[in-house]
Amino acid sequence: MTIMETRKHGDAADGMVGGRFSRLDGKLKTTGGATYALEQPVKNLVHAVLVQSTIAAGRVVAVDAAKAKAAPGVLSVFTPEDDLGLLVASDWFGNRPDNQPFHPLPREVSFNGQAIAAVVAETLEQATEAAKLVKVSYEETQSVTGLDDPDAGEGRLVDMLSVGWGDAEAAYAAADIKIEAEYRTPREYHVPIEPHGLTVKWEGDFLTVWEPSQWTHGMARTYAEWFDIPYENVRIVSPFIGGGFGSKAMGYTYSAVAAAAARKLGRPVKLAVTRPQTFTAYGGRAATRQTIRIGATKDGVLQAIVHRGASETSVFADFPEQTGAATPLLYAVPNLSTQHRLVPVNTVTPGALRAPGKNPSAFGLESAIEELSYAIGMDPLELRLRNYADHDYQSGKPWSTRQLREALTVGAEVFGWSRRSHEPRSMRDGRQLVGWGIGCGTFPVLKAASEALIRILGDGSVEVVSGAIDMGQGTYTILAQTAAEVLGVPAEQVDVKLGDSSLPGATVAGGSMLAGAITGAVHKAATAARDELIGLALNDSNSPFRDTGANTLVIADGRISVPRGEGPSLTLAELMSAIGRDRIETQRNTLPEGANGPEDHKRSWTTMANVQGPTAGDLSMHSWCAHFVEVKVDEDFGTVRVSRVVSAFDCGRIYNPKLAESQWRGGIIMGIGQALLEEGLIDERFGRVINNNMGDYLVPTNADIPHIQVISVGIPDNDASVLGGKGVGEVGIVGVAPAIANAVFHATGKRVRDLPITLEKLI
Amino acid sequence: MRDFSYFRAASTEEASRAMLDAGAMLLAGGTTLLDLAKCGVSEPDTLVDITHLAGLGDIAVDANGATIGALAKMGEVADHPGVKAAFPAVAQSLSLAASAQLRNMATIGGNLLQRTRCSYFREPGVFPACNKRNPGSGCSAIGGVTRNHAVLGTSRACIAVNPGDLAVALVAFDAYVEMGRRRVAIEDLYMLPGETPDWETVLKNGEIITGIGIPASVAAKNSTYLKVRDRQSYEFAAASAAVGIEFEADGKTVRDIRVALGGVATKPWRARAVEQSLIGTVLDVEAVEKASRLSMEGAVSHGGNSYKIELAPRVVARAILTMGGLA
Repeated sequence: MTIMETRKHGDAADGMVGGRFSRLDGKLKTTGGATYALEQPVKNLVHAVLVQSTIAAGRVVAVDAAKAKAAPGVLSVFTPEDDLGLLVASDWFGNRPDNQPFHPLPREVSFNGQAIAAVVAETLEQATEAAKLVKVSYEETQSVTGLDDPDAGEGRLVDMLSVGWGDAEAAYAAADIKIEAEYRTPREYHVPIEPHGLTVKWEGDFLTVWEPSQWTHGMARTYAEWFDIPYENVRIVSPFIGGGFGSKAMGYTYSAVAAAAARKLGRPVKLAVTRPQTFTAYGGRAATRQTIRIGATKDGVLQAIVHRGASETSVFADFPEQTGAATPLLYAVPNLSTQHRLVPVNTVTPGALRAPGKNPSAFGLESAIEELSYAIGMDPLELRLRNYADHDYQSGKPWSTRQLREALTVGAEVFGWSRRSHEPRSMRDGRQLVGWGIGCGTFPVLKAASEALIRILGDGSVEVVSGAIDMGQGTYTILAQTAAEVLGVPAEQVDVKLGDSSLPGATVAGGSMLAGAITGAVHKAATAARDELIGLALNDSNSPFRDTGANTLVIADGRISVPRGEGPSLTLAELMSAIGRDRIETQRNTLPEGANGPEDHKRSWTTMANVQGPTAGDLSMHSWCAHFVEVKVDEDFGTVRVSRVVSAFDCGRIYNPKLAESQWRGGIIMGIGQALLEEGLIDERFGRVINNNMGDYLVPTNADIPHIQVISVGIPDNDASVLGGKGVGEVGIVGVAPAIANAVFHATGKRVRDLPITLEKLI
Repeated sequence: MRDFSYFRAASTEEASRAMLDAGAMLLAGGTTLLDLAKCGVSEPDTLVDITHLAGLGDIAVDANGATIGALAKMGEVADHPGVKAAFPAVAQSLSLAASAQLRNMATIGGNLLQRTRCSYFREPGVFPACNKRNPGSGCSAIGGVTRNHAVLGTSRACIAVNPGDLAVALVAFDAYVEMGRRRVAIEDLYMLPGETPDWETVLKNGEIITGIGIPASVAAKNSTYLKVRDRQSYEFAAASAAVGIEFEADGKTVRDIRVALGGVATKPWRARAVEQSLIGTVLDVEAVEKASRLSMEGAVSHGGNSYKIELAPRVVARAILTMGGLA
């Protein structure tokens, strides 16, 4: 159960791969030295402020901007009247309609809170004040405000998301034990501590954008297409990001507005989306509902799962929050059917929020499994182990690695699960009811190519250069560790440059795929650099190794020497000096031979068209986890406090346990928020989210977070990635909410099937 | 945010005179003012800064009670040993309020005048109808999302909840506010919304709260503040109760009991019916639960807030039973 057995040398706290090495960017961030996008000092800057719609559906009839234009400091007011001259950009997969105009400030209003105008002024305060003076007249039409709106209907079946095998309906009908329930999740939001926005500057046809970005290359493509300029003319700069959680992987309409305003005005523009505006400037997690029916034998062997889910999307674009994403994967079941529907409503198009699909899917399935455990009177741990899937029933392929059994058994042991009494309401701590619950999670291994540049400099230091990003998950740190291990230098000697689309290409920091992709590229480039250095050391006429007769050399602890230690030993700086080189530079990517031309690069770095899913090869590859949660419930008040969490993870080999544990804990904390606090409250009269601020949209505080113990049970999975890791970032949240809901049921006997579990649902 | 002028008052008298101008607002801790200015609710023409005025931040506790200057910080009062000893409910109401950062900035006088968290009140550009902001324009909250709205003291014109914690504890123990030489009982400071929810207090034009006083009592010394909410910290009350009890010499019979509620009413809500029904009795669980339900006399649900009518009496009962040694 330890990942350390894959290490060749060093100890747990060193900077080699697998070491518990502290974040390289940590000091900059904690001391305020990290410059974020909206802090970028740019001369001659002006400020743009958005005006958002106050109706859910209809048409902008007129915009009276006279007062705003006359206000102090105002330079321009952009409205639906203005043709900003933009073209629609590609979707994530690179599909793009030809020459279709893009109006980021549209006349047609599709949701409450849609950007319809922008005011640009010399100062932020002037622009903010003038934005209040913009008068918009609307022609309002009927809106559909959510899944429960009677006019919403049951939605459109998404055929490609239907999964099935066997005859699930018949097997369910014939089963001894049946359970059926509907589960719901509300709109949820990313609320990263760094709000969204950008600073943008044109120099001729060249555009520089300082914007928090989970994907510099993909976003550069979007800007280039909006403005019909070459991709190479756009530079997205994003060295530091204050949290993204899926919300910073694309350019949004306000991004286009800011860049268009800067071009029209001939001055750099900063646009800071206000916290209330962030709730509709881009989409959070869609509201979902799903009905699950499970049929089983009396002794708890699953016979059938029938799953019917739906999520809301906007009226103009599809984003399915796949309620069936985890359903086919977690258990051995001979008959299964899942279907998912999309219900268009008047909302901003929902987006990816930590573990899209898997998260609400696991809430349904993992709640239903525990409902079944009570229906048959079986311990829910035993039920899960009894139905353990020995292979992927959906694809029919074997798992690459699946340590979920170990996660369940180790987690149970550390948690003390055997001391649980199964009966609901049977455990107490004084006045409080105590409940224990389990929730399992999964997230697929997504594979993508990336590129990296390695420089060994004359002073022996090493640079790693990539356009990949670090939004807090630790890219800087693990890339330093990767290069350090290959090149045999201390990680402190490695300088990592990231977050700039002009640097070598990388895939998106999303879907938990960046670490596996970019460590592979750095490993390859660093290996090439090492080989080149060793080659020079053996062959250069001025190298002290030339006459040693060695046919290879070793590099360790910053020194290069012959394998058995007989002969010269030089620092890298001494060697570089001896052979008269001020740098060795290697750039490598992980694209296959034969598909490695400029078009392949652009397609791989700027779209997701080449991303490989978990069953693209002969195996089925996923991360897994099992959460064990204790809650205490004051039944008089309906208040739930999570008092203990033990979670065991299989994410393959862990490159840096300190960072992985931190990501897992972060996911668990987010899951606690999802289970107990987070919900966009929609006023159905206006289709507007009214708790659009951090005082009213509650996320957990430190006081809400108990001791969280996380355990790695993974083993290296070399099919999943070059270095043997699987995805870490997304899986942590998957299964937390059902574990809490299950614990609440165990404590109180009340099953809450709609999140969040707020106090009025329990009193 | 629009431009405003800044005036640094040299004395409370000078500040009072400056406050006679329409559009003048006091700047003390600034935690509510800046928040409301940013969301467009407060649009001051002049800020009258009183933060530096001497003698308004003192806290004194003796056998007669406590006097607290209007500029004392929430955190200072919450941590004051004399306040904690003689008025535990008051200290607890403060330490359970807001966040540490806010408690270190916000003043006692400003705390008493904090505005409601009604979402409709706070988005003037989106919800023009708000009788509190714009008299006669209507109430956007009624018929909307009302989970955090009041069930007591509401009117056709306004259902906004008073968000305070401190004021609830003060109302329970007959505290008073001082505006220079004028003294008003805390309970009388706040007005019910009625048809004029824009009038929130009885402060006259130019009046400045200079301090508060809390008379000592056995009930205040034997008191607690219980705050129930979804989030453990940094959240307004779903329902809260300030309770203090004085027992007769037998240690069982209630001589004096004070009960006030927060998070459920348009003003800090003294529950005298609960008090009256328990005075002279020996506390038992059933009687306390029955009496606590009297606190909801006249309560009106607006849909999403109906749970408060069930929850609040339970909070009251738990606080009473805790002080009676029965919880």
